[in-house]
Amino acid sequence: MKSKFTPPMGQINQIIGKCISLIGNDIDTDRIIPARFLKCVNFDSLGKSVFEDDRETLKGKHPFDLDKNNNASILIVNSNFGCGSSREHAPQALMRWGIKAIIGESFAEIFYSNCLAIGIPCFTLPKKSIQNIQKYNENKSLFLEIDLKKSLAKSKDLNFDLDIKESSRKMFLSGEWDATSTLLENENLIENKFYSLPYLKFNS
Amino acid sequence: MSQDTLFDKVWDLHKVSSLPGGTDQIFIGLHLIHEVTSPQAFGALKDKNLKVKFPSRTIATVDHIVPTDTQSRPFKDNLAEQMISTLEKNCLQHKIKFFNIGSGNQGIVHVVAPELGLTQPGMTIACGDSHTSTHGAFGSIAFGIGTSQVRDVLASQTLAMNKLKVRQIWCENKLSNGVYAKDLILHIINKLGVKAGVGFAYEFAGPAINALSMEERMTICNMSIEGGARCGYINPDEKTFNYIKNKLYAPKNEHWEKALLWWKSLKSNENSIYDDVIKLDASKVEPTITWGITPGQSLGINQQIPLLNELSPNDQFIAEEAYEYMGFKPGQSIKNTSVDVCFIGSCTNGRISDLRVAAKVLKDKKVSEKVKAFVVPGSETVANEAKKEGLDKIFKDSGFQWREPGCSMCLAMNSDKLIGNQVSASSSNRNFKGRQGSPSGRTLLMSPAMVAAAAINGKVSDVREFLIK
Repeated sequence: MKSKFTPPMGQINQIIGKCISLIGNDIDTDRIIPARFLKCVNFDSLGKSVFEDDRETLKGKHPFDLDKNNNASILIVNSNFGCGSSREHAPQALMRWGIKAIIGESFAEIFYSNCLAIGIPCFTLPKKSIQNIQKYNENKSLFLEIDLKKSLAKSKDLNFDLDIKESSRKMFLSGEWDATSTLLENENLIENKFYSLPYLKFNS
Repeated sequence: MSQDTLFDKVWDLHKVSSLPGGTDQIFIGLHLIHEVTSPQAFGALKDKNLKVKFPSRTIATVDHIVPTDTQSRPFKDNLAEQMISTLEKNCLQHKIKFFNIGSGNQGIVHVVAPELGLTQPGMTIACGDSHTSTHGAFGSIAFGIGTSQVRDVLASQTLAMNKLKVRQIWCENKLSNGVYAKDLILHIINKLGVKAGVGFAYEFAGPAINALSMEERMTICNMSIEGGARCGYINPDEKTFNYIKNKLYAPKNEHWEKALLWWKSLKSNENSIYDDVIKLDASKVEPTITWGITPGQSLGINQQIPLLNELSPNDQFIAEEAYEYMGFKPGQSIKNTSVDVCFIGSCTNGRISDLRVAAKVLKDKKVSEKVKAFVVPGSETVANEAKKEGLDKIFKDSGFQWREPGCSMCLAMNSDKLIGNQVSASSSNRNFKGRQGSPSGRTLLMSPAMVAAAAINGKVSDVREFLIK
């Protein structure tokens, strides 16, 4: 785990780091961060509790406890990662552990949008490619250089194209993923909408 | 691409702009908040020196962390007390209406908003909780969001989103006796899978859906997210309008007629185009129970836990994980599985009709001595109505503990938790590993009637056997 945490800010063009593989489909956000850790009014202390119960069960054998994965920052997962609860605590816990990008076969929708909102790009690859990467990563360290402009991942041995939703890619490159200020630029349009919606009239 | 569905109409109406990245900026008509996912959002507003844009469009209540045994303040759990007092402070500071404990209207956010008439057709609704899809039962477009998006709604009343595709799930015929909305939605998730809904809004339609009460429709839409769909909805009809009429926040007097006219114009119709349509026969659905660690791993009461080779290759990995975690053998019957804890409650099945159905099964019966059974009403309103009808007495006489309203053991953020590898028969929505508070606890999801039957027999039972007698 990284000792000092700095949240991402502004444009995100590239992510360079070591990969950590986590095998399994349908890994839900309750497993990523069990509900008892949601009793907090900020996200600061979540990093150490990521996958707490799974790690406890595996007694040191969980990928997030293995020495070889120290300082890893690119998480490789399988299908429907992050399903279940909308708790942003899940990607916040991953981010505070050190994760900066995730590559997977598929992601649950709210998890994906939470990652986007806090600056963690989620890329997709076909099942077979993910399995190949995880297999490679079993014995060897895999360092990736991800270029968001080209949606390309490069390493010593492997080069591959990554898929990412075009709107998300643009938002990372422009910094618009941190959405509040972009949304507030349209303040007049928002106010017009507020005054024109039929139901806000008959509920007044 | 879908056209002219209710989803399209509501989305287009709320579109504020097309953002540079290619997403739509969508106005959120009603924002619901609670103590767990809002404190960091208010913190971010403070950091950015922003105020709440339209405080009248945000409504708060407290549900996830509230104890259900005694609710006197301060709470015994310091962290829980800190969370509720933070919400109180934030609501006071930003002039947000807050339904606190004892207000008469506190409860699970997805139970409270509909029963107050806040949830109405044609609205966009967001809340920092994945089960916000519940509100779609009224023909609103409602979805769960994370904390950063809660911040964005507070600051701008809008969200940046990609438009969803629309899949119609057409349910033919009617549910048979002893089979409930919970069974139907578990069946649907089993047939379509837990990730089939990613990128889709689900429109539930057809005779079986039309026949459901509003509360049953909420159960259906509530679990859309367990099928991967962030949003699920049902076109509004007379039942919808009758439910809303005269509720506290319902349109009144001359506004009511205008509202009705507008609501009726929103429905999907014969010209609507869907991205996908799926048909199923509701009359074939049996009382349905989960056996595994995802809400998609379910079966009919008389079926056997699937063998590995009966499952698609994609489902085999998680099935193996589930056999091991749950301690079930492939091919084993689910019926007669021994249960330790029975829980009735949650935003899925903690409404008055759920309590009525369970009480009907429990009347003049006793809960098995080896079972701990408790019922947590979804809201203060539900609790008061149940008491008026004498349901609390039926529950207590049978051996159920009668608790105060909250989310309780659905996610076990309060002191209601499984211990060790206990098996719970639960009317809630998630059977994930560790979900109900013990890292090795096991959850069997089922309808409230089935939970009542399991409580009496101390084992998984077919509630239809109780209804015949």
